[in-house]
Amino acid sequence: MVFRRRRLALASVAAAAATALVAGCASGPGGSSSGAGGDTLTLWTHNAGNSAELDVVKKIIKDFNDSQDKYTVELQSFPQTDYNNSVVAAASARKLPCLLDVDGPNVANWAWGGYLAPIDVSGSEVPVKDQLASTVGTYKDQLYSFGFYDVSLALFARGSVLNEHGIRIPTPGKPWTKGEFDAALAELRKSGKFAYPLEMGTGGSGEWWPYAYSPQLQSFGGDLIDRNGHKSASGTLDGKESVEWGNWFRSLVTKGYMAKKSGADPNKDFLAGKSAIQWDGSWNAAKNAQKLGDDLVILPPVDFGEGPKIGGASWQWAMSSTCSDKDGAQEWLRFSRRTKYFVDYAEATSTIPATDAAARQIADYRPGGKFEVLVQFAREYATVRPVTPAYPYISTEFQKAAQDILAGADPESALGQAAKNIDNNLKTNNNYAG
Amino acid sequence: MTSLLKRLGGHAGRIVLALVFALPLVFMLVSSFKTDDQIFGDLGSPSAFLPVGALSLDNYTGMFERVPAAQFLLNSVLISSITVVLGIIVNSLAAFALSRMRWPGRKLVLTVIIATLIVPFETFALPLVWWVNQLPLLRVNGFHLEWTTGWMDTYQVQILPFVANAFSIFFFHQFFQSIPKELDEAAIMDGAGWFTIYRRIVVPLSGPAVATVAILTFLPAWNSYLWPLMVVQSEELRPVMVGISYFFQLNVGWGQIMAYASMITVPVLALFVAFQRSFVNSIASTGVKG
Repeated sequence: MVFRRRRLALASVAAAAATALVAGCASGPGGSSSGAGGDTLTLWTHNAGNSAELDVVKKIIKDFNDSQDKYTVELQSFPQTDYNNSVVAAASARKLPCLLDVDGPNVANWAWGGYLAPIDVSGSEVPVKDQLASTVGTYKDQLYSFGFYDVSLALFARGSVLNEHGIRIPTPGKPWTKGEFDAALAELRKSGKFAYPLEMGTGGSGEWWPYAYSPQLQSFGGDLIDRNGHKSASGTLDGKESVEWGNWFRSLVTKGYMAKKSGADPNKDFLAGKSAIQWDGSWNAAKNAQKLGDDLVILPPVDFGEGPKIGGASWQWAMSSTCSDKDGAQEWLRFSRRTKYFVDYAEATSTIPATDAAARQIADYRPGGKFEVLVQFAREYATVRPVTPAYPYISTEFQKAAQDILAGADPESALGQAAKNIDNNLKTNNNYAG
Repeated sequence: MTSLLKRLGGHAGRIVLALVFALPLVFMLVSSFKTDDQIFGDLGSPSAFLPVGALSLDNYTGMFERVPAAQFLLNSVLISSITVVLGIIVNSLAAFALSRMRWPGRKLVLTVIIATLIVPFETFALPLVWWVNQLPLLRVNGFHLEWTTGWMDTYQVQILPFVANAFSIFFFHQFFQSIPKELDEAAIMDGAGWFTIYRRIVVPLSGPAVATVAILTFLPAWNSYLWPLMVVQSEELRPVMVGISYFFQLNVGWGQIMAYASMITVPVLALFVAFQRSFVNSIASTGVKG
C-alpha cells in the first residue's frame, strides 16, 4: 500500500512537471505570437544593450501609443551581433514581426527574399526626398526602408602630431593623394613614436571589412561588382585597379604602417597614442573630441585616384511582408518621420542626421559645428554598397579576400577567387532574378 | 637525486600548466573590478593579473543596468537544470535498452546514434527551427488552456530538442557495459523486471557516469547562444550567453564584459568542482574522452 502511494505520488509529480514544462513554460511573455495579429504591432530592433539608441526607439513608441487608440506597438530588442540570424530564423518560421530594422546593405537581399514589403510613407512630416540618399533603402524602384541617420568614415589624427612631422593637414577641397598618404605614414613610422602609424581596425569582423575598406578599393577605381546589372564580379573585383588596392593594402602591413590584426579596442589605442592616424567611424568623433579637444583633426578620406570615398547606409526601418496589419505598421512609420526624432537619434547616438533640417538643430552638425565636416563627407563621398540581393554573399567574400591579403595571400589570386565565387553564387541563384 | 629532480620537474610542469589555465580566469576576475582605462593600461605587465589600482564594483552595477542579468541567469539555471535532469533520465534509459536488453537491430540503432555525432548543429539549425515551429503547444490563455502550434519563444524550445543526446547515450552505454551482466541475471531470478534492474541496480552503480553526463549536458546548455537567438524573441526568456553580446555595441565596456563573464563562469566552475572526482573517475573507467 505504501509502495502504491509512493508510485502514485511520483506519477503525480511527473505529470505535474510535464504539464508545467509544456503549459507553464508557454505562458512566458511573448508566447508564440508573431506580434502581427490584431492591433498590436511588434517591432524588432538590433539595439539590445545599446541604451542610447534604444531609448529613442522607446520614446517614439511611447509617443505613438499615446497619440492614438487604434494600434499598440510593442518592442523586442536583440543584440546587434547576431540580429540577422534571428531575423533569418524567424523568416523561415514565418514569425517575423510587423516592423523591424535592417542594416542598409541588406535591404535588397531581404526584399528579394520576401522578408520585406514595400512601404508607402507619403504624407509624413519629413518627405523621403529630403533625406541623405544613403539613408533610404530601395529595391527595384520601390521604397522598402528609411533610416534616421547615417554614419561616416574619416581619418582622425592629432593636429600637433602632423605638424610636428611636417605633414600637411588635408581638407575636403584638397585631400591627401596616395603618394602624400604613403609619405606621411613613412615619416610617422620613421619617428619610432608609434607602435603603428595607422590604425584601421583590422581586428574587426563582419560588415566592418567591406564598410571600411571597399571605399578605398573604389577610390583606386575598383569595385565589389560590376554595377551595371550586378551580374558579374570578374574583371571588376579582380581587375587591375582592385589588385592595385590589394597590393597597397598588403604593403601597409609589410612596411610596418599598420597591424595585421589590430587590438581589441582600436579607438582606445589611438587615444592612448599608440597610433597616429585612425580610419574610423563618426560614432567615435565625440569621444575623440572630448579626449583630444582642439588637437583633434577630422580629415577627409585619401584620394587614391578616383576621389575620396566612404561607405554609406546604416540601420533603417522596414515592414515585413508577413505583417497582417500593414496599415498600422505604415502608420507607425509615418508617425516616426518627424524632424524631432531625426534630431533625437543623432543626438543620442552621435550619428549624422539624415536630413539637413535635423542637422541644423544640432550644434555639432550645423554649419560651423565641429562635426559639420562629417555631414559633408556623408553627402559628398558616400558610396552605397551594391544594391543587389547578392550583397551579403559579396560582403563575406570580400572580407575573406581582404583578410587573406593581409595574412600574406597574393592579392590577384585572392581577389580572383572571390570574384569567381561571387559569379558562381550569382549563377546558382540565376542572378537573383525574380 | 635523480628522482628528486624528476619530482621537481613534474611539479614545475604542473604549476606551469595550472597557471596557463588559471591566469585567464584570474585576469577576467581581477579586470572586472578595474576601469577600462586601467585594464588597457595594465596589459603587458603583471599588474593585469593583480588586484591593483582603483578597484570598485562599478562594472557590476553598470552590468546590471545594461543587461537584465538576474533574469538571464535564472533562465539559464532553469533551462540547464531541466535539460540535465531530463537528459540523464532519457539517455540512460536509451543506453540501458541498448546495452543490457537483447533485441534485434540494437547494434544498428547504436551505430546510427553514434553516426549523428558527426553532424554539426549549424547544419540542421534552420530545419530544426522550421520543425519546432510545427509542433503543437498547450498554452495558458487567461484562465484556460488552449492548443496552438509552434514552440518559438518558449522555454521548452530551449530544452526539449537537447534532451536526447547521442554522446550521452554512447557514454552511458559504455559505462553500463562495464557493469557485470550477472547482476541482471540474479535480479531476474529474483523476479525483477527491466525497469527495476535499471532503477535498483544499474543507476545506483553509475554515479560517475551520471556526474559526467550532467557536466557534459550542462556545459552546452549553459553556453547555448545561436539556438536561443534563433528561436527566442522575448528578452524575458533569454539565457545568459546571449547577454554577453549586449556589450559588443559601438562603445564596448570591457570592464562590464569581464564582470558579466565572471558572473556566468562561477556556476560552471562550481559544478565542475562539485563533480570533479566522479568526472575523472568515469572518464578513466569508460575510456571515453569526449
